Amino acid sequence: MSQVLPAEGGLRRIIGDGEALPDGEVEGLTSDDLLALYRNLVVLRAYDERSVIYHRQGRIGTYAIFWNHEAMQVGSAFALEQRDWIFPSYRESAIGLLRGMPASTVLSWWRGHPAGWWNPEDYNVASICVPIATHVPHAVGFAWGSRMKGEDRVAVAYFGDGATSEGAFHEGATFAGVMKAPVILFCNNNQWAISTPVEAQTAAATLADKAIGYGMPGVRVDGGDVLAVYEATREAVARARASEGPTFIEAVTYRVAPHATADDPSIYVDEERVEEEKENECVGRYEGYLKRLGVLTDAQAEEIKQGALETMRAAIAEAEAESPAEVSLVFEHAYAEPPPSQADDLAELRRILDG
Amino acid sequence: MGELFLVEAVNDALHVEMERDPEVLVLGEDVGRLGGVFRATAGLQERFGEDRCVDTPLAEAGILGTAVGLCMAGWRPVCEMQYDAFSYPALDQLINHVGRYRWRTRGKMSFPLVVRMPYGGGVRAPELHDDSPETYYVHTPGVKVAIPSTPADAKGLLAAAIRDPDPVVVFEPKLIYRTVRGQVPEGEHVVPLGEARIAREGSDVTLVAYGAMVVVAERAAEELEDEASCEVLDLRTLKPLDERALLASVAKTGRAVVVQEAPRVCGFAAEVAAVLAEKAIFDLRGPVVRVTGYDVPYPYWQLEDAYMPSVERVIDAVRRLLAT
Repeated sequence: MSQVLPAEGGLRRIIGDGEALPDGEVEGLTSDDLLALYRNLVVLRAYDERSVIYHRQGRIGTYAIFWNHEAMQVGSAFALEQRDWIFPSYRESAIGLLRGMPASTVLSWWRGHPAGWWNPEDYNVASICVPIATHVPHAVGFAWGSRMKGEDRVAVAYFGDGATSEGAFHEGATFAGVMKAPVILFCNNNQWAISTPVEAQTAAATLADKAIGYGMPGVRVDGGDVLAVYEATREAVARARASEGPTFIEAVTYRVAPHATADDPSIYVDEERVEEEKENECVGRYEGYLKRLGVLTDAQAEEIKQGALETMRAAIAEAEAESPAEVSLVFEHAYAEPPPSQADDLAELRRILDG
Repeated sequence: MGELFLVEAVNDALHVEMERDPEVLVLGEDVGRLGGVFRATAGLQERFGEDRCVDTPLAEAGILGTAVGLCMAGWRPVCEMQYDAFSYPALDQLINHVGRYRWRTRGKMSFPLVVRMPYGGGVRAPELHDDSPETYYVHTPGVKVAIPSTPADAKGLLAAAIRDPDPVVVFEPKLIYRTVRGQVPEGEHVVPLGEARIAREGSDVTLVAYGAMVVVAERAAEELEDEASCEVLDLRTLKPLDERALLASVAKTGRAVVVQEAPRVCGFAAEVAAVLAEKAIFDLRGPVVRVTGYDVPYPYWQLEDAYMPSVERVIDAVRRLLAT
């Protein structure tokens, strides 16, 4: 049986602390699964840490950091099948790596190169959504539309705590409830929307409380606990597949990094709290769990980390080796059949650019 | 099929296209059981079932946002916005996603959705049931815009919109939903997007119009018969604009009056005037004159006749132009 142990704040958790808090376990996960989760965490951690460095080196543009969000992305994605669809926000920009997307593709996105704009159908990962919460109705429509076609596909939309204030979230969640869409609304509550703390975002006691208004269960889980996230998502997926409708998951973590590379959180954040939270970051927590369980050795962990760094070195090299974007791509793909004016515009632009 | 009102032709188009293509579905507020507040979707739910004619929650951004997801799942959604101004909450989805998603996937995924809505004034309705919001839509890259003025075109343009691989917004002039019957071809009938129509031939001045304003332009042309030969050009599609038809007509007449119901500043008439300034300046024998709504909120309906471009205002514009 799974053991779901309450932690502080009533959040579901599995991983203990090796001292006072006992470790739990998730039924059905093999040692290979446990290691796969670890590898996935390390892949995303390496992506994120290297990206901050690449940004400082001027090799990618502004970048939305997801350090300490890895457990939410890895745990939830692990509960899905490849045929299920992921609708990411910019905070989950690299979640496609868990679906076989090359890291160079995501780096290209942050480099503003067309090679970063993937075909969602190649990975069942929708395009990165920048405007907050506006992809929630997309995931709902996709899930609802898939069910009407008799296809067994679940959709997950990822968004932050601030997104639950947006109208698009409300309308999407409303549709999800009414249509009984096989969708999971996954909220990574990192307690900050740039400089706005979650207390200023809502008067609701918890974000999960909002779910009741849409007629769906709201589940609160420790967002730093990859196993608890996995288990909660697995239950939500089972509900969705059983035509029981949507689930709202509130995964609670703490944003210990700036909102993005352009942000200066020292103006608004409590540095002491940040340091405290960093001590408890999600990859290290899981690493400790696996070691206590005897599933992971120091040497294995080191090898996995080195492998992930190697992948990133190759990926940035590949992204930088992309040919300069062809100017015709300014116009291409806006329409299936471009209006005649676009050919004129391109011809004029080429004439001027070619001097 | 014989003669139908414009709104009946819309209904006919939906029946024919849903019959032809099982991936077409209709969603919107009150479109199912009620058949739409204007009856445009009457009979669809009985015929095609609740999955393909969906009564949605009262949430326009939700309608258009889920339609994006429905496209990704392989559907061709036709969204009804109950009234023109009710579509504004959905502009969030339209601007952020509907017009961009194909581009975002570098052309790999199609978003063949349609938004159709009754628009325009003159119907003695409460506030925000009278707007002409076409410019917001025309200005959005990746989105096409069509506006019929006859029952046959209402059917044919909607069919073209439904078959188009890209998002198309169709504005239906509610003022003339049930005023004039017209011949409508039976069965499948498609009017290609991007082709204007000469509603009346003339040689002295071109009256450029679309939607309910085509009727106003035609009446003005009739009343001016003894003074001037007016050509009436019904644009039918605002984007892509049929520049060839516009330039050909103005090359013939040398004069243009553009009529639009929407407020003047940056309205579609301004685009028409700019195209003529760039490409037809040497054909023009006088300034391009606009007859439009004013730059004010749409007025109390007891004053709406003063706001709407009238036959008298169009006649006055033509006379002023001919006198220059």
